[in-house]
Amino acid sequence: MSSHGSAIGKAPASLRIKDTGFRLVMLSCLGLSVLLLGLLLYDVVADGAARLDWDFVTSFGSISADKAGAQAALWGTVAIMLVCAIFIVPVGVATAIYLEEYADNTRWWNRLIEVNIQNLAAVPSIVYGILGLAFLVRGPLSLGPVVLAGGLTLGLLVLPVVIIAAREAIRAVPSSIREGSLALGATQWQTIRRQVLPASIPGVATGVILALSRAIGETAPLIVVGAATVIAFNPDGLDSRFTALPIQIFDWISRPSNDVNDY
Amino acid sequence: MEAASTAAGARAVPKLGAARRRYGEDLIKGLLILATLLSVLTTTGILIALLVPTIDFFGDVGVWEFLSGGKWTPLFEPPSFGVRPLVVGTFLTTGIAMLVATPLGLGAAIYLSEYARPRVRKAIKPVLEILAGVPTIVFGYFALTFFTPEILRSLLSVEVSIFNVLAAGIVMGFMIVPTVASVAEDAMSSVPQSLREGAFGLGASKLHVSLRVVFPAALSGIVAAVVLGVSRAIGETMIVLIAAGQIASNSVDPREPHYSLASFIGATAKGDVPTGSTEYKTIFAVGMLLFVITLVMNLVSIRFVRKYRQVYE
Repeated sequence: MSSHGSAIGKAPASLRIKDTGFRLVMLSCLGLSVLLLGLLLYDVVADGAARLDWDFVTSFGSISADKAGAQAALWGTVAIMLVCAIFIVPVGVATAIYLEEYADNTRWWNRLIEVNIQNLAAVPSIVYGILGLAFLVRGPLSLGPVVLAGGLTLGLLVLPVVIIAAREAIRAVPSSIREGSLALGATQWQTIRRQVLPASIPGVATGVILALSRAIGETAPLIVVGAATVIAFNPDGLDSRFTALPIQIFDWISRPSNDVNDY
Repeated sequence: MEAASTAAGARAVPKLGAARRRYGEDLIKGLLILATLLSVLTTTGILIALLVPTIDFFGDVGVWEFLSGGKWTPLFEPPSFGVRPLVVGTFLTTGIAMLVATPLGLGAAIYLSEYARPRVRKAIKPVLEILAGVPTIVFGYFALTFFTPEILRSLLSVEVSIFNVLAAGIVMGFMIVPTVASVAEDAMSSVPQSLREGAFGLGASKLHVSLRVVFPAALSGIVAAVVLGVSRAIGETMIVLIAAGQIASNSVDPREPHYSLASFIGATAKGDVPTGSTEYKTIFAVGMLLFVITLVMNLVSIRFVRKYRQVYE
């Protein structure tokens, strides 16, 4: 290297120090975020590990903290997640198929639908709670604060996640597969059902899991919809009242310092 | 085949497409359109759900009184419905969150896009996604039971009340870091390699390439990332509700408790407010304001994302 002379040499020391410094600052930005995640996990495990046993999972809420359990909330969460999954999979995939395989992108209404879905993905979750309250719990459907209303509200909330992931999965299927199928005389729907959908299943599944993992932790919309806080029975149907794990957590946190949360 | 049988060689074009109309295909297309329309219906539903009670609310309380009033005391007698304290709380928590999320998120994005080896990037991205996937109620719990007492009070010895805006804002900022980092990293990664090579060829250091070439070239995506982060912070309910307490004041002291627009809706919806009362309708009026603010943010963000996609794709 030194034989090349001074034209191509090492950068001046001051610049190299700056360069390394910058790199370290950028790295510490990343490190700080990961550190906070570590702290959060430590805090949750340290506070929670001692209380997590079989009794906690199998008993209902109680006035005394060491007897309180989360059975109703656990089954409530399972119930609303089932409703949510059954709702978002067909509707989300159907929307993605329409937008990717049928819709003409030059039409303004199809572009409007796309912008609309992108916006829906970023609407605050509590606003979906208001939607659920106005149309599902009261108003036209008047279901009351039951499993069906809670599950559908969360379903509407995470539907854009499924649609966006499913669209990407469908777009990733090579068009040669479609053309081959069409050339063999298959109709458009036959092509979609037998070729495109099977090829896009992994991407769709990722989207559904992401959507459910977001829905399972949502608290705010369920509060607005009116999920019960103190309840001593498991949901036994779509029209049963329910509570859910996030709601249970919120209820326990917001009790003014009793022995349920001594911090 | 038919062309061969016509005598004068005037070739008939063979007909492509289905021999008969397939009504099943039309039916399926119809069903798919119905599913798609549900998303339009959702937006319409949100608008109706917010607008109708809001108009009703403005029958009881003047629009101007709501938007410009500085006192929010719906439960007092006589009640006062000036929304400014809630807006102050929202922008205070959002501001603190973005002071944390913008540098950390963009720094992480620059590191991942410009410095990290592919293997490191592959290992780190899922960790950030876990951070993004932690339920907000857990962040709220963490802010209240760990960040305020252990970090703010003990470690940094800041005199804060147990419910305070500072902890809620900072923890919310960390919650938003992955959102900002991932959108910004997308934008930086889609800057063509040739731009970097050109700069390196002219003798630029990595620092200069990152800050003076990649950063400006990806600017519209970076703006989109930050605006999306702001939109999430404004709409966040649980962290603020749990960690920032429930007081509607005009104070801008981050060590004090404060309501935000979203946390007020959450707190009021949880309580036993009689349906149809003016106080009940505040949920919807405040919700409308929240929806409009985030709608504007989202549209700006979508616009900027589209801009950088157009340039480099």
